[in-house]
Amino acid sequence: MIWSQEYECMSRHRLRELQLKRLRQTLHRVEQNVPMYRDRFKEAGITADDIRSLDDLKHLPFTVKQDMRDNYPFGLLAVPMSEVSRIHASSGTTGKMTVVGYTKNDISTWAELMARTFSCAGVTNSDIVQVAYGYGLFTGGLGAHYGAERTGATVVPISGGNTKRQLQIMKDFGTTVLACTPSYALYMAETAAEIGLDLHELPLRAGLFGAEPWSENMRKEIEAKLGIMAIDIYGLSEIIGPGVASECPEQNGLHVFEDHFIVEIIDPATGEVLPPGQKGELVFTSLTKEAFPIVRYRTRDISILYEEPCLCGRTHVRIHRIMGRTDDMLIIRGVNVFPSQIESVLLEIGDIEPHYQLVVDRHDNLDDLEIWIEVSEKLFSDEVSGLEDLEHKIKEAIHSTLGISARIKLVEPKTIPRSEGKAKRVIDRREIYPS
Amino acid sequence: MKVKQVSIFLENKSGRLAQVTKVLSEQNINIRALSLADTADYGILRLIVNDPDTALAVLKQNGFTVRSTEVVAIQVPDRPGGLAGILQALEDLGINIEYMYAFVGKTHENAVVVFRVKDIDQAIPVLQSHGVRLLTGDEIYQN
Repeated sequence: MIWSQEYECMSRHRLRELQLKRLRQTLHRVEQNVPMYRDRFKEAGITADDIRSLDDLKHLPFTVKQDMRDNYPFGLLAVPMSEVSRIHASSGTTGKMTVVGYTKNDISTWAELMARTFSCAGVTNSDIVQVAYGYGLFTGGLGAHYGAERTGATVVPISGGNTKRQLQIMKDFGTTVLACTPSYALYMAETAAEIGLDLHELPLRAGLFGAEPWSENMRKEIEAKLGIMAIDIYGLSEIIGPGVASECPEQNGLHVFEDHFIVEIIDPATGEVLPPGQKGELVFTSLTKEAFPIVRYRTRDISILYEEPCLCGRTHVRIHRIMGRTDDMLIIRGVNVFPSQIESVLLEIGDIEPHYQLVVDRHDNLDDLEIWIEVSEKLFSDEVSGLEDLEHKIKEAIHSTLGISARIKLVEPKTIPRSEGKAKRVIDRREIYPS
Repeated sequence: MKVKQVSIFLENKSGRLAQVTKVLSEQNINIRALSLADTADYGILRLIVNDPDTALAVLKQNGFTVRSTEVVAIQVPDRPGGLAGILQALEDLGINIEYMYAFVGKTHENAVVVFRVKDIDQAIPVLQSHGVRLLTGDEIYQN
């Protein structure tokens, strides 16, 4: 099922014309309204008018997450606040959030893109969609909500958590489509098995899973355990939220909605644009966004671009499911976590030179974060209660900074291996990226 | 009147305690008393040694997290009720003991009790006024 035959199946030639027209509009908009872009373009000796073909895009400077921190909270908005109808945010590298804004039109565009995504899973007005992504500043919940509503489906805005209630509703309401993180879908399946609920007997038939990387094996497991078709969806708040790219029923790469975004793959080391088929970092430019247009945003996500036509009939290029990161960001239970955030928590607590390691694992399909911390002289108390207080204090601070709970493990100095003087900060045992 | 105690952070894994004693024996340091407080993941080893400053330095050199803590050591008659009277006096005065441990002195007539209180400067005169015999650092390191 294709939501927008007109745009999703547009000839490549017409699509490129549309992209160029919209790109030029976007560049003029940011040049006029966003000081950072105006300065950057000037520095690069380029103006919006100089971009005469899509190929010229490569001359424009990149935008990175740090730019959002530097312009926190509203410095990158291209419209006055009176035109901003909604704000979303995600956690940043050092506590400062990444803030994005939407105009009324942006919200509508977003709903359109998510409606396309749901249509990829065959969702129509006869479906009941259970949205178990978190609602709030996180884009997952509301993004999925508006898209599912746009398709005409019945939406159950249950948000995340309270798994037994989720299952009860799934059964009683006759949910046909589930939207949540893939790890939560598996956790729901485990819980269903525990309480003796056979998901295969329910009308549930499809799921849209994203907000965290997952593997092909995990897809097989989800499909078998829930008795559904599992679709991989991709997005990030900096670009729009979910609805940047989605798998079609072919389940062979995610179509990027190219009438709204230009996708590039670059060599993360040199910044050079790589040809299709080569592995590199995903870079996106928004083409229609009003409040928060973004030019050449480096996602740090690793993928491959495929230009070959797809059997589904959509003409938009596909990206490989996310294959890794170029930085040390982790996604734990759908939450972005940077090791540097842990470091700043420890510094605040009084650890002068923190040595720590994040051990991420998955038990019963739930991500598990353990933080190993070397006990320095500064932290050491010779009373058990003192060390327990310390553990508690760190745990609380991490919870309030990251919004997730972690197990704290105090270890002796030099426990965490150093290589060339630099400690390895992360051990991820989840095997979520394809090898 | 204060005694220097050496405290060491130890993870609960085999061989760590042996490593501490090995490092100390190589420096000819004699352990006079010890106590170990432990949880599921780690322990705190507390030592009274004949040369606390050297012990601290060599343990630090060997990569241990150590600190020195001031404790009080008192001589208790090695007979029934010897400790009870002293503890009662502390309780009456509202002095809370964080932790304590004991060992038998060389003369065998008296036991030595080491304890840690929150406010050591408040506890010392109280104990003295109750006729408790406080041991000095030198007495305890060398005896």
